[in-house]
Amino acid sequence: MEFLNTKTYEEESIAMSKRVELPPIYKDIEPLLRTERFPTIWCPACGLGLLLKTFAKAIVKSEIPPEKHVVVSGIGCAGRIAGYLRIDGYHVTHGRAIPFATGIKLAKPELEVSVISGDGDILSIGGNHFIHAARRNIDLNVIIINNFIYGMTGGQLGSTTPKGAKTMTSPYGNLEEPFNVPLLAYACGASFVARWTVFHDTQLLNAILKAFEIKGFSVIEVLSPCTIFAERNNLKMLELIKMLRTRTRVKHDAPLEELMIEPDKPIILGNFIERREKPSFERSTLDIIKKLRGE
Amino acid sequence: MINLRRAFLTGNEAIAEGALVAGCNFYVGYPITPSSEIMHYMARELPKRGGVFFQAEDEIATINIAIGASWGGARVMTATSGPGFSLMQEGIGYAIMTETPLVIVNVMRVGPATGQATKSAQGDLMQARWGRHGDQVAPVLAPESPQECIELVIKAFAISEELRVPVIVLIDEFIAHMREVVEIPSEVRIPIRRRPKDPSETPFGSPDPRVAPPMPPLGEGYYVLVTGSTHNELGYRDTRSFETHFKLAKRLWNKVWLNIDKLFEYEAWGIEDSEIGFVTFGSTSRSVRRACKLLRSKGIKAGYVRLKTLWPLKLDPIVELSEKSRAVIVPELSLGQLVLDVERGIGDSAKIISYGKVGGGEPIYPSELVKLASKVLGK
Ligand SMILES: Cc1ncc(C[n+]2csc(CCOP(=O)(O)OP(=O)(O)O)c2C)c(N)n1
Repeated sequence: MEFLNTKTYEEESIAMSKRVELPPIYKDIEPLLRTERFPTIWCPACGLGLLLKTFAKAIVKSEIPPEKHVVVSGIGCAGRIAGYLRIDGYHVTHGRAIPFATGIKLAKPELEVSVISGDGDILSIGGNHFIHAARRNIDLNVIIINNFIYGMTGGQLGSTTPKGAKTMTSPYGNLEEPFNVPLLAYACGASFVARWTVFHDTQLLNAILKAFEIKGFSVIEVLSPCTIFAERNNLKMLELIKMLRTRTRVKHDAPLEELMIEPDKPIILGNFIERREKPSFERSTLDIIKKLRGE
Repeated sequence: MINLRRAFLTGNEAIAEGALVAGCNFYVGYPITPSSEIMHYMARELPKRGGVFFQAEDEIATINIAIGASWGGARVMTATSGPGFSLMQEGIGYAIMTETPLVIVNVMRVGPATGQATKSAQGDLMQARWGRHGDQVAPVLAPESPQECIELVIKAFAISEELRVPVIVLIDEFIAHMREVVEIPSEVRIPIRRRPKDPSETPFGSPDPRVAPPMPPLGEGYYVLVTGSTHNELGYRDTRSFETHFKLAKRLWNKVWLNIDKLFEYEAWGIEDSEIGFVTFGSTSRSVRRACKLLRSKGIKAGYVRLKTLWPLKLDPIVELSEKSRAVIVPELSLGQLVLDVERGIGDSAKIISYGKVGGGEPIYPSELVKLASKVLGK
């Protein structure tokens, strides 16, 4: 069954595209970016580049050495983030970033493990893993990019698509209620719950740092403009971007029931939940092992 | 010095003991009959030995947690049965593509769907080989007794670590729940994962197609990039080029197939002069062995080939068996899957009889095989 036309592997020079020079303000994060992979696959005006920048800044600010950071992404436009970061990175199957990260965290609890992926990836196909990981309170930093749609596959309905919104699979308007993500995360047991947009650099950065710091399940919903969503809903991309800046209100102590994203209503942002009393799952797992071994 | 410890174990317990001896330090699973005792055993024993035991929310989570843990440096096993095995398939494909060491035990029960959860079957042979989409290969081992469960689980760990490949161990409910005396070695040698010596040694490329590339450890600054998409030797995605994909697919394929001498094991009995032959694996081989002895005592020259490795497969022993035999019988607890290999191997150089039987926990009895062989030979 051997493949006969196998050549022995010859060291071939790896055709790498030229490294992209970044403006001086990005000097601090440049070592963390695989700039040889630039330009990214993302559409012009997509919000994911901003998130990439802010996440890289958070790594720098975290004072945790880059080699102790791991990022796991699923499939989708957002899932490509792992591929642009110069840290240990995993691009796994659609929806499975959280279990994959759970395996890493249980095997190497000393690592700072983040999951960055799309709303469809984490909350639709991966929804079951999300609720259970939150319930266990495993120490993961989960960043969900909510662009209100499935971007990569051409704009289908997702579990965060607003009611009434048009997509390829809801051409007459979405009939479903979207998830209220912060409420869901809280109800399932997350230790830290926040919502920001990609435009709120500083607040988002601080939220990511908080997620690193908290030893438990942290969820940050990040709202991000998507050209596909704009197009399907007859919006100009600029209008969508403006909407995410002008329709948003910061209210850290907002009741979670009020956080549903609804057409024509303000979108509430903030760091809503921070609770530190629950032990993290990997800690409890290790404690049992230690106890059994009399350590 | 290696000591042997005697114990009286079921196949499922033997799988767990074999894994522990092989240094398994991470078990993740989701309960399913008839595999659950493996999980129960590991839940009890693994934490005492410093390992992590974890029950996931489903088998899709299970396989992905297992792969993540393996990249985290753990020696990982999971066990399941038909429906769970089906759910794991996408993940197994990812493990093959990303060259992740891992042992997956599938305790076969009657299917499709929920079928008969507590009853034995051998109908997952093709799923074990071909359950994933795309071109892919993962070794499949098939013990026939609790003793062999220990031996082949140890072998599975050794192969998976050496070749950076998930290895599937296929048993059936009869083996899982039969209890026999076993001898457990006090220690075994499992190859240590090779790390790249320096950055020139790429994590997804190897100058020798028989040798797995080194596996960079996590958290030590190798900045490894791992993807299930087509990638070059550095791990960088390349989902456009023919060359990159073809080279990767062939390397992953050859990594297993070119090691066939190391991977392929079988047992042959009486094939020098057999007039009637059997090809078998797993629990059914126990009836075949008995039937051959009974036939010989009646003056009928019977012989068998028992496959301990189901994939990658060498057809030579089957061909050899067929050279002498007038007919080859393939008894299976399914409607016939192994028989397809026999057909492929021997064409029409001997008569091939598929003897499939499945459901209700009915084994294939030696007496049935004796009767069938006698009839086929007209004796
Ligand atoms: C098992 C499986 N089903 C479907 C797909 C196809 N698929 C790829 S990405 C995607 C949706 C991605 O949407 P989202 O997670 O919201 O990320 P975005 O692209 O919007 O960033 C789908 C359905 C797949 N890769 N695997």
